[in-house]
Amino acid sequence: MAEPILDIRGLTKHFGGLCASRDITLDLRPGEIHALIGPNGAGKSTLVKQIAGALVPDSGTVHFRGQDVTRLSTAARARMGMGRTFQISSLAMEYTVLQNAVLGALCHRGTVWRLFDRVMRDKGLLAVAEEALEQVGLAEFRAVRTAELSHGQRRQLEVAVALTLRPQVFLMDEPMAGLGAEGSRRLIEFLSGLRATAPILLIEHDMDAVFSLADRVSVLVYGEIIATGPVADIRANATVRAAYLGEENAP
Amino acid sequence: MTRESALNLAVMGALLAVPLWAWAADEPFLITLSTRAVIFAIAGVGLNVALGLGGLVSFGHALFFGLGGYAMGILAWHAQTYTNVTDWPLVLGGTKSMPLIWLVAVITSALAALAFGALSLRTAGVYFIMITLAFAQMFYYFAISWPAYGGEDGLSIYVRNGFPGLNTMDPIQYFAICYVLLLIVVLAVGRLAGSSFGLVLRAARQNEERVRAVGQAPYRLYLLAFTISGAITGLAGALFADLNRFVSPTMFSWQTSGEIMIFVILGGVGRVYGPVAGAALFILLEHVLGGLSEFWHIYLGAMLLGVVLFARGGIYGLLAGREAGHG
Repeated sequence: MAEPILDIRGLTKHFGGLCASRDITLDLRPGEIHALIGPNGAGKSTLVKQIAGALVPDSGTVHFRGQDVTRLSTAARARMGMGRTFQISSLAMEYTVLQNAVLGALCHRGTVWRLFDRVMRDKGLLAVAEEALEQVGLAEFRAVRTAELSHGQRRQLEVAVALTLRPQVFLMDEPMAGLGAEGSRRLIEFLSGLRATAPILLIEHDMDAVFSLADRVSVLVYGEIIATGPVADIRANATVRAAYLGEENAP
Repeated sequence: MTRESALNLAVMGALLAVPLWAWAADEPFLITLSTRAVIFAIAGVGLNVALGLGGLVSFGHALFFGLGGYAMGILAWHAQTYTNVTDWPLVLGGTKSMPLIWLVAVITSALAALAFGALSLRTAGVYFIMITLAFAQMFYYFAISWPAYGGEDGLSIYVRNGFPGLNTMDPIQYFAICYVLLLIVVLAVGRLAGSSFGLVLRAARQNEERVRAVGQAPYRLYLLAFTISGAITGLAGALFADLNRFVSPTMFSWQTSGEIMIFVILGGVGRVYGPVAGAALFILLEHVLGGLSEFWHIYLGAMLLGVVLFARGGIYGLLAGREAGHG
């Protein structure tokens, strides 16, 4: 089996008396979509923040591309190739859609210290940005201010910006939320193909999306991973059904 | 042409037309008034790099304005008294050469902005406002209590410093020097806003989390913006001191910081030419309202309240509409 690109070992995080992450061990291997599911308040967002570098765990390690990144900043991890999309869209709201995408392409190229160039006329950056917008289906909205996009479109833009970073892994926190049925279907199709480019750690509430996309699923309940395995195993797992899926959802 | 660039041309044109008319009509006072507006505009454009592009609410830009002023004052005072600035380890004399004074003013204020920015930028929000204010006040009291350079009385320079090929004592010629410098500064800041650095800096102002997620640490972006901002404001300080042929600790005072901020807010935060319009309006109000009443600041205050409450974008927001994407 291939070496994991992202390897999380024994991650624990307390907030006062609350244990938000309890000894979490999880990995992401090349070419797969690994879905993380769990009820509200299970600690999914806390876990994502620790992986991305926004929160420092009390104990445990995060290895990324074979390197211990537990103490590295968010920006340093992003430069190493962690492409993150946020649960609550986090974009430059006054910028146009295209400017947000160019921002990603520019930071990936690493030439942010040019003081007198004309960045919005840089053909190389525009090509990368427009390709990413095309891929998520936002090309026609390139000149629209981000603040005027719908919530679903902002999610798509988050994904597009992550694409411009040409990341080694994608961390996607509920990319489907706010998308209509048609939008979800298109994004599912797109993400399915994306796993060949880079593996995806997918946090998602939409069970149809999870079960149609994921190669493996981990279930997080009260800060603990109660099961990890292929979709079929998770569907059949009695503990998971009791804790989360509910008997009425069982096939 | 967009409405914004039309307004830019109108503002820069008016600022040139008024003193030219005054020159033809032999009204030297009006030329001096316009020169003041141009110099304040440079200071405002400088602050706007930090405040408008980076979202850094510095309430201490008087520090750089004053440093520029004292760079001029100290160098020119040594030149007119035929003494050295330092005798050891290097023998450095004073100078009456404007370009050299500008260079010293810009480098000194850039270094100060780099050092104080490195410390201040560890804080954010209200704490950043307070710490920048505190650093400027530190220099204010230091200037008051340092007798070598005039202390509270400041330093007077008898003859304005020289610029090769020009008679700087002629008001219109000194105005021309300042206007050309404003033009260079405002064009450069315009390019900066539309550059790679500008794109990331303005993104950090809107959303730091986004900038981190694409791999950039906001701190270093802010530090460079603050340094450039301080350097430009320092240049304005040197020009202002030369206009008055006088420097005093007042240049370091918090009122000065406040006035520079008023130019930016009146004109339109984040709009490259906004502070030019703001400084011109400020000088106009000072002149017109100041003629009516000694307490003209009351009207200025009311106007500022109006801008902050009802016209967030200042003059530019009202007349040029919402900011367009740069480049």
